[in-house]
Amino acid sequence: MARMTVDTRAIRDRHPHHFGAPGRDQRLLIAAGIGAFILLIGAMAQLGFLGSKFVEGVGKLGEIAGLMLPPNPGDWAHVRLYLTSLVETIAIAFLGTLGASVIALPLALLAARNVIAARLLRFMTRRSLDVIRSIDILIWALIWINVVGLGPFAGVLAIMTSDTGNFGKLFSEAIEAVDREPREGIVASGGGAILGIRFGILPEVFPVLASQVLYFFESNTRSATIIGIVGAGGIGLHLAEAIRTLELKQASFIILLILVAVAAIDIVSNQLRFALIGRRNRLA
Amino acid sequence: MTSPVVHLPEAQLRPLLASYDAAVRSRRLHSLLTMACIAGAIVLSSISAEVDLPKLFGNIGNFTSYFGRLFHLDSGALVWTDPVEWYWGLFRWLRLLGETLLMAYVGTALGAIGAFFLCFLAAANVAPRPWLRIVVPRFCEACRTVPQLVFALMFVIAFGLGPLAGVLAMAIHCLGALGKLFAEVVENIDMKPVEGVSATGAHWTAAMRYGALPQTLSNLVSYTLLRFEINVREAAVMGFVGAGGIGMDLIEAIRKFYYSDVSAILVLIVITVGIIDTLTGMVRHRLIGLQERH
Repeated sequence: MARMTVDTRAIRDRHPHHFGAPGRDQRLLIAAGIGAFILLIGAMAQLGFLGSKFVEGVGKLGEIAGLMLPPNPGDWAHVRLYLTSLVETIAIAFLGTLGASVIALPLALLAARNVIAARLLRFMTRRSLDVIRSIDILIWALIWINVVGLGPFAGVLAIMTSDTGNFGKLFSEAIEAVDREPREGIVASGGGAILGIRFGILPEVFPVLASQVLYFFESNTRSATIIGIVGAGGIGLHLAEAIRTLELKQASFIILLILVAVAAIDIVSNQLRFALIGRRNRLA
Repeated sequence: MTSPVVHLPEAQLRPLLASYDAAVRSRRLHSLLTMACIAGAIVLSSISAEVDLPKLFGNIGNFTSYFGRLFHLDSGALVWTDPVEWYWGLFRWLRLLGETLLMAYVGTALGAIGAFFLCFLAAANVAPRPWLRIVVPRFCEACRTVPQLVFALMFVIAFGLGPLAGVLAMAIHCLGALGKLFAEVVENIDMKPVEGVSATGAHWTAAMRYGALPQTLSNLVSYTLLRFEINVREAAVMGFVGAGGIGMDLIEAIRKFYYSDVSAILVLIVITVGIIDTLTGMVRHRLIGLQERH
């Protein structure tokens, strides 16, 4: 069999930048990669990955996984308790998401470049939204517990606060992306600023906002399962308790419940989202 | 009549107006029904979630006064009048904050490395075996659906109190979240380079390295940086379950009502998160620019 000979010299001549020493950009990237890797090893050593604690822990983890199987709630009273608090969890996520979207809409209008011309006001709104977002939902839960006491209501308020920050940012970006002309048309035909927003901006952004809200409803159901750990209602309280008292079969039952609930909400919210976007597209 | 607007004759206009009215009525009915459903859901969930508006409005003073108290020292003076007293534990908090950042870094890095190897197995267009693209995405889904803190609670039992448990929990969650995003990036590549490399007789790994990777790398790095931003925030609360970082001091301060400490730590967290967001944002914009130049 005759082998095809390859003229490497010609190829080298034709594509000089693929051969030879790496360029400046490439060298920079390689250096950054090596630096990141060294930092990773150093940080892992610092955090205790390279000691005997890690090896022992992995062994123990296998033991714990064995103790978790099979999932078993114990008795029917526990099943009823868990199901009630699962419903409570979903209720927290629902109310929190809805409340946040109601509060965030006017704030988003204040933060949108094409609605508010006053730069200072816009800047202040944006920065406050940033501060709200950079504080975790669990911290908000702890703060609200101080106001309304332990229980699910504190959880609702925590999700509401933290998502007001998220929605404010997302909504204002959606509002800034709208077409300018419908609003100009309304203003030109004598409508005021409020009417311009109501008929010139809202119809266009509504499907986007609604689909973002539905998306967050799903992710908030996950958040609502953990705020119980600090005492703000929902199934997280029972889960944390089960893990801490080493009732691991119950814990795995609760985790299974959460997985099923989140998957169900995921399906429902996806259906709703497609229904909403589809309907709007047909009208347009 | 000198109106410039042309009016249709009454006979033609009537059916048009009627159909317009009917369309408006049906849409109104639709909206009303939707509203009624939402209202019903609100009432039901308010009962379940023990919503107590009178209590909220009765105690809302607590919320504002809580923030007021946060910014007062024990002596009653405003915090910024005596920064030395406010930040009495600065060195300890900075060390914990550094630990928090390291946790976020290691958690993100380990998760991203794992996701990097999994995404080529999970992507529908390049997966070497059909069963892999069913199993691997399900595995990622399981990793990201169980909340991070739940993993952390369990790891605290196995590894003891400390950052190790938090980092591992974060790495697992990050693996799940990034695995999905990375696989989507790989699914959106142009297949021609991959086919070209495969046509020369190269192994699958070579086809991925020289055909797929160059197209995806900047996106993968960009998603990893975004995840790093999220993980910095998450790492700050890992301490709530004893899994290391500044969260341990924060929850202690909140629970024991050390008001000025709470505000001092929160301000540190907000500043750190802001700096990290700005830096990663800059790097991401550079990356997008690099990609467009090629």
